Amino acid sequence: MSALKAITEVTGTGVPIPGDDIDTDRIIPARYLKAITFDELGPHLFHDERWTETGEAKAHPLNDERYEGANILISGDNFGCGSSREHAPQSLVRHGIRAVIAGSFAGIFFGNSTKIGLVCVQVERASLERITRAVQQDPGARISIDLLQGRVTVGELQVPCQIPESARRALTGGYWDPIAQLLESGDQIDALAAQLGYRNATRPGSTG
Amino acid sequence: MSTARNLFDKVWDAHTVRELEGGQTQLLIGTHLIHEVTSPQAFGMLRDLNLPVRMPERTFATVDHIVPTVSLQEPFADPLANDMITELRRNCAEHGIELFDLSSGRQGIVHMVGPEQGITQPGTTIACGDSHTSTHGAFGAIAFGIGTSQVRDVLATQTLALERLKVRRIEVNGRLSPGVYAKDVILHIIRTLGVDGGIGYAYEYAGEVIDRMSMEERMTICNMSIEGGARCGYVNPDETTFSYLEGRPYAPQGPDWDAAVERWRGLASDPGCHYDDVVTIDAAEIAPTVTWGINPGQAISIEENVPTVEEAGAQEREAVAMALQHMKLTPGAPIRGTKVDVAFLGSCTNARLSDLIEAARYLEGRRVHPNVKAICVPGSQLVKAQSERLGLDRIFRAAGFEWRDAGCSMCLAMNTDRLEGDQLCASSSNRNFIGRQGSPSGRTVLMSPVMVAAAAVTGEISDARELFGVEQQVVA
Repeated sequence: MSALKAITEVTGTGVPIPGDDIDTDRIIPARYLKAITFDELGPHLFHDERWTETGEAKAHPLNDERYEGANILISGDNFGCGSSREHAPQSLVRHGIRAVIAGSFAGIFFGNSTKIGLVCVQVERASLERITRAVQQDPGARISIDLLQGRVTVGELQVPCQIPESARRALTGGYWDPIAQLLESGDQIDALAAQLGYRNATRPGSTG
Repeated sequence: MSTARNLFDKVWDAHTVRELEGGQTQLLIGTHLIHEVTSPQAFGMLRDLNLPVRMPERTFATVDHIVPTVSLQEPFADPLANDMITELRRNCAEHGIELFDLSSGRQGIVHMVGPEQGITQPGTTIACGDSHTSTHGAFGAIAFGIGTSQVRDVLATQTLALERLKVRRIEVNGRLSPGVYAKDVILHIIRTLGVDGGIGYAYEYAGEVIDRMSMEERMTICNMSIEGGARCGYVNPDETTFSYLEGRPYAPQGPDWDAAVERWRGLASDPGCHYDDVVTIDAAEIAPTVTWGINPGQAISIEENVPTVEEAGAQEREAVAMALQHMKLTPGAPIRGTKVDVAFLGSCTNARLSDLIEAARYLEGRRVHPNVKAICVPGSQLVKAQSERLGLDRIFRAAGFEWRDAGCSMCLAMNTDRLEGDQLCASSSNRNFIGRQGSPSGRTVLMSPVMVAAAAVTGEISDARELFGVEQQVVA
């Protein structure tokens, strides 16, 4: 298993997509899940909010040339709620997004994102509004998310950000994809599965 | 320190392989369920890493999201759907994973199949690449949705790296009024605690109302835990649980059964155990509930009016305005009377036998309104067959409902069942997100199966209690 890159900082420019409870159906509509790879997801990010049914561009931050090339998405509370589809963070990453700053994250989305190295940090409501305003006023403003210091910097503005300690350590330690760690405990896994009756059953469940 | 523990802690601790560097738990997954949409990439990752499936006998597969419900003739009209079912079959055959395929008579929505087969059992950990995996918590399992990279982890190691959840006990006490169903209870809970209220929590549902509920009703409740932000929800196992499971194909048999029941009894939360939070809800306050907005927390009772932007709190205003704009509802007007174009009776939330029996009870001798397209999609092939034995299909057809094959169907519209334009759908499913039912401008109003039946008959959102004269209490 190749070692992963430690992610201690994300820098770049931002694109605000304001609003709370932005669900995974909005991030990537279900019809684009009909594929056996993640490869083609990028262009469909926020598809129905960005394009009319006849393919014309709607007014949307991701269609706004001022935010072209932005790699940090800024949103509201409960970002990524709804379905467990990893297609949501995958479509963000394939679009070029490297981090999301939000008021809070839905649990499954947060886990899926961290596992593929997409950094998700929380900031307080007031700070979130300041960051959003700063980026809207100056879309070229340099943003830095410092995971070691727990700080978001946007031009002159500096605010604290939060991330669960286990995710912070996984990202900054370069083991955000846990597969290598999980594989290490093979014998323990087999022993526990046998102890709990999952292994030796002639039929699953026949020993409880 | 008290030794009393809640079910979540007992199951979590029993399945802990070890604590990982960084503080997460490596948790053994007893049962892994897969389907065609979120598994192919995981098998691809496995191939890239040259890893085998560690415990193929602990993974079960079915096909649900993309299957057509009009004709199961293969190849399907949709080439992408063909690709996905072919890939699932190939992966299951290659790795020796049991697949409940279309020809098995046991295919259905993955959250129907587990319980029906007795694969879903108390005290187990269950993971599936689908957020409604919380459904299985109805049996006293710790069951939750996972992403595709995690599907890979389970296939490769039968474990996951997870953060421990806090536990909130939600007690629903008293007695439900006639015409109020499990769906109303969970919509009321989500409305009360918010769509993000459950982030970081497992929900333990308890209280007199939950105790009296059938397994099918408990599944409806647990199913929508994720809509309240809780990754999993569960009910402590009891006699209702055991009698549901007894004799099912994968349930323990003979002397093993007695031993299993004995063990399962001991898993229920101990009296006096710790909860991180406790919420109490009075059943008498719950009325038939419908959504008016674009998330399941934007719900009101059938007696209430659509909210206005002005009466919303400062932080809510933008969201309320956006929801009203999408839903094209008149602020301040009654929700009842809203015209309906489509009635969808289906999904892992409400397409079990009891749901169809209850809807058919009131549809018998009535007709679907001429302006409404009404479809009934049983959650599984077994539910379909059982319904047909009871003659429910004839009642639905005679009323003007289309009677379909099993699958996820119009809950998320990955097959050809979808809304057109800004059609408004009275739906027994679980999500009213923008675009969820296949049309970007489509509108979804979530409600119980009986309320869907009422909307289908009148062509508008209606109070089923009045229309059908619902008086006697037949459920919890």
